[in-house]
Amino acid sequence: MKPYGFLAVPRCDSALPAKIRGSRARALPDRALVNCQYSSATFSTGERKRRPHGDRKSCEMGLQLRQTFEAAILTQLHPRSQIDIYVQVLQADGGTYAACVNAATLAVLDAGIPMRDFVCACSAGFVDGTALADLSHVEEAAGGPQLALALLPASGQIALLEMDARLHEDHLERVLEAAAQAARDVHTLLDLVVRQHVREASILLGD
Amino acid sequence: MAMEMRLPVARKPLSERLGRDTKKHLVVPGDTITTDTGFMRGHGTYMGEEKLIASVAGSVERVNKLICVKALKTRYIGEVGDIVVGRITEVQQKRWKVETNSRLDSVLLLSSMNLPGGELRRRSAEDELAMRGYLQEGDLISAEVQAVFSDGAVSLHTRSLKYGKLGQGVLVQVSPSLVKRQKTHFHDLPCGASVILGNNGFIWIYPTPEHKEEEAGGFMANLEPVSLADREVISRLRNCIVSLVTQRMMLYDTSILYCYEASLPHQIKDILKPEIMEEIVMETRQRLLEQEG
Repeated sequence: MKPYGFLAVPRCDSALPAKIRGSRARALPDRALVNCQYSSATFSTGERKRRPHGDRKSCEMGLQLRQTFEAAILTQLHPRSQIDIYVQVLQADGGTYAACVNAATLAVLDAGIPMRDFVCACSAGFVDGTALADLSHVEEAAGGPQLALALLPASGQIALLEMDARLHEDHLERVLEAAAQAARDVHTLLDLVVRQHVREASILLGD
Repeated sequence: MAMEMRLPVARKPLSERLGRDTKKHLVVPGDTITTDTGFMRGHGTYMGEEKLIASVAGSVERVNKLICVKALKTRYIGEVGDIVVGRITEVQQKRWKVETNSRLDSVLLLSSMNLPGGELRRRSAEDELAMRGYLQEGDLISAEVQAVFSDGAVSLHTRSLKYGKLGQGVLVQVSPSLVKRQKTHFHDLPCGASVILGNNGFIWIYPTPEHKEEEAGGFMANLEPVSLADREVISRLRNCIVSLVTQRMMLYDTSILYCYEASLPHQIKDILKPEIMEEIVMETRQRLLEQEG
């Protein structure tokens, strides 16, 4: 089936297109199944590296994306169908999970699939007593604690919060706030773009 | 051999050139539509904390006490009586699964399909075994929506001689929201081709048949070679439809015809160039406005 929602997002950090393909009659009788697949182009990082499909990082990323979007998409409205989200990273410079989530949000919106709210994500870290938002590859490779946060901005609900490496609980509040603020900034931008697009389409279609 | 090279350049959004603004209330997911609890919620909205919140990006439509949000682009949502053009994806036991650009595959029951020759009898086991002889995977059909199941799947029927397997022609897939609802969706355009505007966004352009065949019952696909003149008309129509869709204009027989006439001075392959597309569609818009006003 041809993809229904499509988005190519060039961003300065990580660039990736997201596709929504969907609905085939499948498993769950009362809601939709959300299936996410993540893949990374060979030329996306500094070194050209062939990444086979189904390797651990792709699977894990796919699972995280699935958890995020199951929380945001209103799956009860599409029983017996499957929503496929394919994301491919073209240029990776840190914050790939966040970029995937933001791109996939726009793709899901484009496909007309009902969602609770935008899902905006950002990564954050903690270096030398300062909370940093939107880490680049160099900052991630430095080995400090990293937090990935996916937020539903209107209600402030968290769709996914993931952290690896250890962080003292006193600092957690600050890092979380830095990530949340960055996610809200992303939301402002996405909101603006989507409204412009809807307005343009509405004008062209006429009243 | 001369080759054309084109470079990307930033274009002004077309809505500016039209110079008008929309009066509709536009929302994105997460927007509160209203806090008044007196309203019923329709498609594209959900209730959260005593507020009505939008779940898709589009325009708010209000009918008395019902509020719904019409999304910019959705899959086809079937309604009884719609004409659709679909492609067979599976041949199952007593039915065919048809792809109609909707959320779930549509169903065409063997009992809803006309037998060749227009016979009226109960479908037997031999008919079941011969199903693949009538319609195979990959065939295109035109049909009408008979019923809609509770989960949104659509049941089709081809119980009339004007529906059935489609022969030679060109399929254009557009968004269902751009096809205008009219009394009839089968049009014989004066420019020399016929068009079926499926409500599901599948548009079929084919050469006008010389004489209407009564006995075929929609099974015999005409495989005679199509003349060059007919092919040119069909290609031009296809490009016109694509340009109308890119500029987000509603598709109906008049708009397609005006667009075709506006495109005549240009070569068929030039119609797809952005600036020529805008010019042609602008002319079409003007003609349509004059015709209404």
